[in-house]
Amino acid sequence: MPEPKLSPIRLEGATYRIGRATLVSDLTVDVEAGETLMLVGRSGSGKTTALRLINRLLEPSGGQVLVEGRSTIEWDPIALRRKIGYVIQDVGLFPHFTVERNVTLVPTLEGWPEEKKQQRCDELLRIVGLEPAELNGRLPHQLSGGQRQRVGVARALAADPPILLMDEPFGALDPITRAEIQREFLAMRKKLGKTIVFVTHDVREALLLGERIGVMEGGRLVWLGDPEEFRASGDPRVRPYLESLL
Amino acid sequence: MSFFEYIDQYKAQLLARTLEHIGLVGLSMALAALIGIPAGIWMTRRPLVERWVLGIANMAQTIPSLALFGLLIPLPLIGGIGPRSAVVALVLYALLPIIRNTYTGVKGVDRAVREAAVAMGMTDWQLLRMVELPLAARTIMAGMRVATVTGIGVATIAALIGAGGLGEFIYRGIQSVNTGLLLLGAVPAALMALGADFGLGLIEKRMLRG
Repeated sequence: MPEPKLSPIRLEGATYRIGRATLVSDLTVDVEAGETLMLVGRSGSGKTTALRLINRLLEPSGGQVLVEGRSTIEWDPIALRRKIGYVIQDVGLFPHFTVERNVTLVPTLEGWPEEKKQQRCDELLRIVGLEPAELNGRLPHQLSGGQRQRVGVARALAADPPILLMDEPFGALDPITRAEIQREFLAMRKKLGKTIVFVTHDVREALLLGERIGVMEGGRLVWLGDPEEFRASGDPRVRPYLESLL
Repeated sequence: MSFFEYIDQYKAQLLARTLEHIGLVGLSMALAALIGIPAGIWMTRRPLVERWVLGIANMAQTIPSLALFGLLIPLPLIGGIGPRSAVVALVLYALLPIIRNTYTGVKGVDRAVREAAVAMGMTDWQLLRMVELPLAARTIMAGMRVATVTGIGVATIAALIGAGGLGEFIYRGIQSVNTGLLLLGAVPAALMALGADFGLGLIEKRMLRG
C-alpha cells in the first residue's frame, strides 16, 4: 500500500477551550497542498481561533493539529512559525521599521546576507504590486491602507513559507482597493502555489478566492465544499450567506 | 551680603556640593534603572508578579522621604550614616516611576504588532529587543525623567544623614536663619532639576513615538 501523502495542514478533532467557553469544537479538516481553504462564519464562530491553532499561537485543548504530519505541540514553535506566513487585518507592521526592514524581517531572523535580502524585498514588493524604489525607505505611517496591507502580505511571503494563514486580511480596505488586491492575490497564488487558509466574513470574497469553503458556526465546522457546491447548496446553514449576496 | 557674594565666597564648597549632589542622584538613577527596567519587563511577562512589584514600589513611594532616610540609619549593610543610605532611599523613590513606565510602555505596544512578531517566529527575547523595547523607549525615558527630577529635590534631604550634597547649604541656612546660605543650596538644586527635566526631555522627544 502506498504511503498516504502528508497534508500540509490537518486538524483532527481539534478543540480549544478557555475557561468554560469552547471556541473551537471537534474541528476536523484536511487542507491539501496548494489549495486555498476559505473559512467563513460570523464573528465569534471560531474561525480566527482555528487559524491560530495552526501556527500554535494557541495550543489545542483536545484533538490535534498536524502541520506536515507533525502535531504542532511537537514542533519547535519558532521553527513552525517560520514555515507559516501570517497576515492579519490590522497588519501589525512594525511602526519603527522601514518597509524594507519590515518585509525582510524573517530573512533577517534567519540570517540571510544583506544583498539577498534586498533582492528578495524588491521582488516581493513587485509581486504585491508596489514599486520598491519608491517605498523601501518609508515608514508604515507614511503608507496608505492598501499599501500597508500589501506590505503585510509581502512580509508574510518573505522567507517563502509553504503555508499562508490569512485572517480577514482585506477586511479594512475600501471596496476598490479590495477588489484590486484580491485580483493580485489570485495572480500571486497561481504563481506561488502556497497552501492557504483564509478567514473572512465576506461571502463574495470566499466565492472569489476559495477553492474550498468551510462554514463555521459556534466553533464547529458545519459545512465544507467547493464554491460551486456552495452556490447550489440548499443547506440551511449556507442559505443565509447566499441570501446576503442578493 | 548679596546672593552673588555668597556664591563667590563659597564657590569651592558650592562646586564640591554640586558634584556630590550630581553623584548621589546619578548613581541612584543608574541603579534604579538597572533594577526598575528589568522589573518592569518581568511584570509584563508574569501577570501575577504585577501586583506585588507595583505594590512594593508604591509603598516605598508613600513613606515620607524624611522618615525613609531616618529609618535607614539603623539598618545594617544598606543603612547607616552617609551616602549609602541616601542612595538606597533615592533608588527606592525612583523605582516606582521607572517600573511603572517600563511596564506601561511595553504593554502599550500594539496588539497586532506583537501578534505579528510572534507569528513570524520571533523568540521572546527578539520580540523584546527588536520590537517592544524600541517602541517603549520613549515612555521608559519619561519615567527616568520624572524619577530624576524628583530625585534631585529629594536628595537635598540626604544632607541630614551626612551624605552631603546641596542640602548641606540648605540645613546650615535654616539653622543659622541665613537665607543667603539656604538659597545657595536651593537655587542650584532647582536649576539642576530644571536642567535635567529639559535635557532628558530632549532625549525623550528624539526617541520614537511608541
